[in-house]
Amino acid sequence: MAQTIYQSFSYILPETILAIFFVLTLLTAIVGKRRSKYLPAYMALLGFVIAGIFVFNQIGTDELVFSGMYAVDPFSWFFKIIFLVAGILIILFSLQSRELEAASTKYAEYFSLIISLTIGAFFMAGSTNLLMMYLSLELVSISSYILSGFTKESARADEASLKYVIYGAFSSGLMLYGISLLYGMTGETNLYAFNQAIAMGGIQKITLLIAIVLILVGLGYKISAVPFHFWTPDVYEGAPITVTAFLSVTSKAAGFAMLIRFFKIGFIDVAAQPVVAGMWEIFRGFRWTDIIAALSVLTMTVGNLVALWQSNIKRLLAYSSIAHAGYILMGFVTLSDQGISAMLMYFVAYLLMNLGAFYVVMLVANKYHTENIDDYKGLGYRSPYVAFALTVFLFSLTGIPPTFGFIGKFYLFAALIHTNYIWLAIVGVLNSVVSLYYYLKVVKNMYLQQPVETSRVSFDFGTNLLMTLLVVPNILLMLYFSPVLAWAQNSVTMFGIR
Amino acid sequence: MQYQFLGIGFLTWITFLPVLGMVVVLLIPRGNTTAMKWTALAATVLQLVFAVLIWINFNPSLSGINDASGFQFIEKTRWIDLQGVGWFGHVAVDYFLGIDGLSLPMVILTAIISFVGMIASWNINKAQKGYFALYLLLDTGMMGVFVALDMFLFYVFWELMLLPMYFLIGIWGGPRREYAAIKFFLYTLLGSVLILLVMLGLYFSVSVKDPTTGQMMHTFNMLDFMNAKNFDPNSLLGGLGTYWRYVAFIALFIGFAIKVPVFPFHTWLPDAHVEAPTAISVILAGVLLKMGTYGFLRISFPIFPDAMLKFAFPLAILGFINIVYGALCAMAQTDFKKMIAYSSISHMGVVLLGIAALNTQGVAGGVLQMFNHGIVTAMLFLVVGVIYDRAHTRDLSAFGGLANQMPVYTGVMTVAFFAAIGLPGLSEFVSEMLSYLGAFQSFQWVAIFSSIGIVLTAGYMLWALQRVFLGQLPDKWKGLPDVNGRELVAFVPLMVVVILLGIFPSIMLHPMNASLNHLVEFVQKAGSGLVATK
Repeated sequence: MAQTIYQSFSYILPETILAIFFVLTLLTAIVGKRRSKYLPAYMALLGFVIAGIFVFNQIGTDELVFSGMYAVDPFSWFFKIIFLVAGILIILFSLQSRELEAASTKYAEYFSLIISLTIGAFFMAGSTNLLMMYLSLELVSISSYILSGFTKESARADEASLKYVIYGAFSSGLMLYGISLLYGMTGETNLYAFNQAIAMGGIQKITLLIAIVLILVGLGYKISAVPFHFWTPDVYEGAPITVTAFLSVTSKAAGFAMLIRFFKIGFIDVAAQPVVAGMWEIFRGFRWTDIIAALSVLTMTVGNLVALWQSNIKRLLAYSSIAHAGYILMGFVTLSDQGISAMLMYFVAYLLMNLGAFYVVMLVANKYHTENIDDYKGLGYRSPYVAFALTVFLFSLTGIPPTFGFIGKFYLFAALIHTNYIWLAIVGVLNSVVSLYYYLKVVKNMYLQQPVETSRVSFDFGTNLLMTLLVVPNILLMLYFSPVLAWAQNSVTMFGIR
Repeated sequence: MQYQFLGIGFLTWITFLPVLGMVVVLLIPRGNTTAMKWTALAATVLQLVFAVLIWINFNPSLSGINDASGFQFIEKTRWIDLQGVGWFGHVAVDYFLGIDGLSLPMVILTAIISFVGMIASWNINKAQKGYFALYLLLDTGMMGVFVALDMFLFYVFWELMLLPMYFLIGIWGGPRREYAAIKFFLYTLLGSVLILLVMLGLYFSVSVKDPTTGQMMHTFNMLDFMNAKNFDPNSLLGGLGTYWRYVAFIALFIGFAIKVPVFPFHTWLPDAHVEAPTAISVILAGVLLKMGTYGFLRISFPIFPDAMLKFAFPLAILGFINIVYGALCAMAQTDFKKMIAYSSISHMGVVLLGIAALNTQGVAGGVLQMFNHGIVTAMLFLVVGVIYDRAHTRDLSAFGGLANQMPVYTGVMTVAFFAAIGLPGLSEFVSEMLSYLGAFQSFQWVAIFSSIGIVLTAGYMLWALQRVFLGQLPDKWKGLPDVNGRELVAFVPLMVVVILLGIFPSIMLHPMNASLNHLVEFVQKAGSGLVATK
């Protein structure tokens, strides 16, 4: 832990690169033509690729840097890869977005904000200090407030952004209050030291519980868990689709990464010997897993039930992403490495299927000028390939073989069954049956109903290629999922914990 | 591995030939529907050829069920193999195919029905490419279920079938197709997620020695699930007659019962059957329903023999309800197709009654009934399809006196109807008789009351026959043409099977015998705590 600041810098090279490219991307507004989207986009892409190379070099690193502020370990490495892939895909999507053209003078800001949000997400995944956690969370939040209101010409985007800010400010205030309570009790902001302080005993359990609930509000807001989800549908509907897709993956995954790390490092009872290998014990007397189990059930049930009534596909996907947060939370209840590896695996699936679905929604909005599910009628006949791709993504979201979403759910349920959380597994599977109904509603419109018009609408080669790149892994990774499983298992390791 | 063709095992061929056909169909340019049809037909014909080859080379003396050495045409390779980190253990999923006397009839049935269904699909005139591609995918899913011996693989095939079925009903079906398709999908998905949970429970309860490293590892191998010694004593599903084992049995039961369908999980069936296009109704009734009862025999009974013995009587009661309720509902229908759909419920009740009896006669009768009902009900749906194609109505009361107008059709329909009634000399007589015989030994009164179903079946079948063929021919049907050559190609093989198995049932009973005897013996012994000797 005793590293100088200078040495520590070598561990945050990817973040540094991204920060440099944040500035460079912003500067393209001055040098380039104001309206060109390609220059800033390629600059940002370049940043992501170079950062990606440095991230790849960090494989296997397990270090705590900046005097215990920030961990560079396999766990954060996993999330960094997810963020990078998501960022690159979002930039590629954005190049095709029609919606963003409404704000065509601000492309440089747009792409640089995507970078800044990613930097925040990187730090969220690795923070081991309460202050650091809060700062990185705010970096992500502030970037996403601006992004969601980016096309400020549209009233819906304004509303979305404002709502997001108010909710965000409120919940991060509560979270800060929780953090201050924790600090007041233990005198520590470092999670490891905090853990030791609890282990020593003498902490008031009620106060600790209140502090945890307050912090959960902040985290629950980031992962849009019910009942902190009210901003989600409005923001997802109002924001440009590319931003919605980005928030639904990167911001959510970062929230989860922070949640897992906070609870695992903070509350693991290092002294206790687990009965089963791969399980970890938490301090006795703090049953916050029950809170998380309740959150999970609420989140998926509310998400799925409300999604049934949606007629706007972005809203539908918003509620579906709430439901997915509920599924992912199930894995955390088990308090086992298996559960966490299942969550990580689910993120891979979620990245592929959710981004894919949003991409198709964007393409349809571009050409058909609609986000209404009823207007998807006959899409299967008018744009067969796009409709096929959306079908794959939706079935993947439902979790039906032969799609990778099935494997993701499969391992979540496996972790639950293994740790005897059978009731939760039953709630989970029933929820996925419910979710089938609204996903099928879209499929039904695309194939089972005849189009009003019959003219064909085709998409260019690049679009189809990008779509294929998302469809193929969704199917291929079901037929052969060993690499992802191995990766997820190896990424459970956090610094300093077994 | 002696049964290979081009270095690939027979079972892989028979399972994945349709997918191969699907790829070819997808590559054929749009508009060239003739090529698509013939490709799809060729795939199903080749599949039938493999089925016949398998039947010829099948060794009827081997038992199978829980004994790996008793399976034939085995193909086993590692699909997923991950040494994994310590706490996770070795993750391995096998690509494990094999058949025994229980799956052989189902494999043959699937091949025959897929071929017949393909001929019945000849007139599809909407989005043919999608239709034939999905049809072939469905075919692979069905065949895979019957040959898979690894439960993960089984589950993947089981689910794989849902997607094409949804589209086939939903796109090419009748007026209420959307409702029927989504109902079918939701019902069956509900059932299959329950199967999924039980599968996971079994996975974590069973440990076997890894042949390569010698360490203990979890497995999805169904045969390992059947050996009580493999269960970890403290695990969820370990031991015999525990609470969770009963829960798991009931969950599996619901999963499979929805497919059969067993009362009260049957309500999707009339909708799906009525709305589906003819060929898909044929597949649904001919093959899909059998997956449920096949699941009972392949998975529920041998893996949970203790629970099976405990719940045998309720199963028989459900069989009775299915028989009588299905028959009464069928009698009340005026829609020809709906009547056949309800008759399926009634006939699947006979299967349930037979296998619940858990003696050789009952189980053999049940399995033979699965095969026979598949063939006969396929004929019945084709019969409905023929008349609907011509008259565009299925209202039984709208017909009459067709016997003179369509003599060949009348002949075909009479054979099908009498087979369904269970007339001696036709196939269903043998299987129903064996089922009732078995049931009579185990549950005397249930069998006696269930036999009301035979009378009811004769009642509604003969009544329908009378309404369609006898009496006055309405003027508007004067121009109806008789059965054409293509339709006869679909009917004749089925009729041959019906008559052949009616006169000479041992050609089907003989290969099943060793396996089913072993199954009965094994379930009885293992269920009462006596570990089977093998």
